[in-house]
Amino acid sequence: MDWQAIWLSIRLAAATTAILLAVGLPVAHWLAFSPRRWKFLVEAVVALPLVLPPTVLGFYILLAVGPRSPLGALYGKLTGGMLPFSFQGLLLASVLYSMPFTVQPVAAAFAGVDRKLLEASWCLGVSRAATFRRVIVPLSLRGIATGAILSFAHTLGEFGVVLMVGGNIAGSTRTVSISIYDSVQALDYGAAGATSLFLLVVSFVVLAVTYALQRRVWAVWPGH
Amino acid sequence: MAGALVCTCRKRLSRAFELDAALTVPEGAAVSILFGPSGAGKSTLLRVIAGLTRADEGRVEFGGRVWFDSARGIDLAPQERRAGFLFQDYALFPHLTVAQNVGYAASAESARRMMETFRLGELADRKPSAISGGQQQRVALARALAAEPALLLLDEPLSALDAATRHRTQGELRRTLLASGVPAIVVTHDRMEAIALGDWMAVMVDGQVRQSGPVQEVFRKPADVAVAESVGVENVLPAEIAGREGGLLTLRVGGAVLVCVDGGEAGQGSAFACIRAEDVAVTRDPSQLTSVRNRIAGRVTAVVSQGALARVELDCGFPLVSLVTSQSAGEMALREGERVSAAIKATAVHLVPTME
Repeated sequence: MDWQAIWLSIRLAAATTAILLAVGLPVAHWLAFSPRRWKFLVEAVVALPLVLPPTVLGFYILLAVGPRSPLGALYGKLTGGMLPFSFQGLLLASVLYSMPFTVQPVAAAFAGVDRKLLEASWCLGVSRAATFRRVIVPLSLRGIATGAILSFAHTLGEFGVVLMVGGNIAGSTRTVSISIYDSVQALDYGAAGATSLFLLVVSFVVLAVTYALQRRVWAVWPGH
Repeated sequence: MAGALVCTCRKRLSRAFELDAALTVPEGAAVSILFGPSGAGKSTLLRVIAGLTRADEGRVEFGGRVWFDSARGIDLAPQERRAGFLFQDYALFPHLTVAQNVGYAASAESARRMMETFRLGELADRKPSAISGGQQQRVALARALAAEPALLLLDEPLSALDAATRHRTQGELRRTLLASGVPAIVVTHDRMEAIALGDWMAVMVDGQVRQSGPVQEVFRKPADVAVAESVGVENVLPAEIAGREGGLLTLRVGGAVLVCVDGGEAGQGSAFACIRAEDVAVTRDPSQLTSVRNRIAGRVTAVVSQGALARVELDCGFPLVSLVTSQSAGEMALREGERVSAAIKATAVHLVPTME
């Protein structure tokens, strides 16, 4: 089993999930509560990775972060490094690729919070930001957990985008799925089988936990 | 200090319905009622005052401070208005305990005082889902008052309760509102609730405030037919409970004595006797024997024809309004100053206890 690749994938998935929680919650809040008519456009953009082939997404990300693009040039100036074929570039691609897996369940959970509770909080003199923190988030923990778990699992199994943006550099961009592909190419079915089984088990456990959370099989969140 | 609320607003809610209301609540009205049939726009007006719904046009001013003025581009957020809002279903935070709900936006001292005032000590660690409707109402009221609002807005505060609890809670709510010293505006479509809770009331019909004034006055002298239809009770008479016997209550109203059915809701002391004008019959011959329990001598002060019906105003030592058909008013040749007898069935007298 390629432990280096497994460890890299876990690091990538954890970092992606953390960033998505920070970025995705405000986006989900905006989608759930904004009265703007054109928010369906933002919804469509966020959901694009669900239907777009990973290679297409990867291709555009590659163009967008390449050293000749404004973003890539700025990154180069600031850090002296390059985004394509680096862990950081891979992280950026993963965040975009897994965005809908965080935003959709979280936005659904936010939208499910009784609006009167928010209004009650405002009338008690509590600001919108504090109401978000004290009422919306605690009442949406299940949706937030689902979003985080799905994003983690999705990043763990990502292949096409990684190949396009990250390439295949051991310890830096060679993730589990790339490692499996490599093993099969090298006709090393034993290694490929072991890593695949690992990914299968992890994915199954993650999904089982997610569905259990949704169906309230366990009282995971005491007091709900 | 109870400041006057002045609110004018226009808000188009649908193609067919527009709220176009002007409401002025006088300084010193402790509990004001916003009364009207469902769909009249009462709750929307309350939300406009609280800042939860934005009016298309208008102005809201409370205690000399402008909360909203479309002409000057002023629109304070609900947080800045500090108008406590009691939602119909109370909107308690389900993830917080009773104590956490009450203390949500209050100082520890204020929260502790409210927990005591509303006798919530035993429920402190319960979740809202684990307490009764009446208890939820107390928690919601405690939560709103703990935040020390300048004005309290209550949207149908009793409608989520079952009939028995509602009756019990009614008096308690009035006492609480008076004791808090915070002026309150209560939305209700229940006329008995309006009489039991309010000092002052405004009647809304079809998105407009049609009439406002002291509660008894509005009931006695509806400004127009729509108001009369919605208030439905023209006679709201201050009464003293004088005795109770065999399922009947004896009331002293002015100089007269009325008998009504003892519903068990009123205890001792004072109450309002509410009688619809159409339940008051007028006869010339007081000796006519009928099953009617109450006969009161009086003098006609006015006869106003309203199409098929005539409104007969009597002075029986207290003002009493009767609604008879124009035909019988004509046959009886009722004229101002004539002595007649008013007949009221005991079952037509509805008693609402007063709370001070």
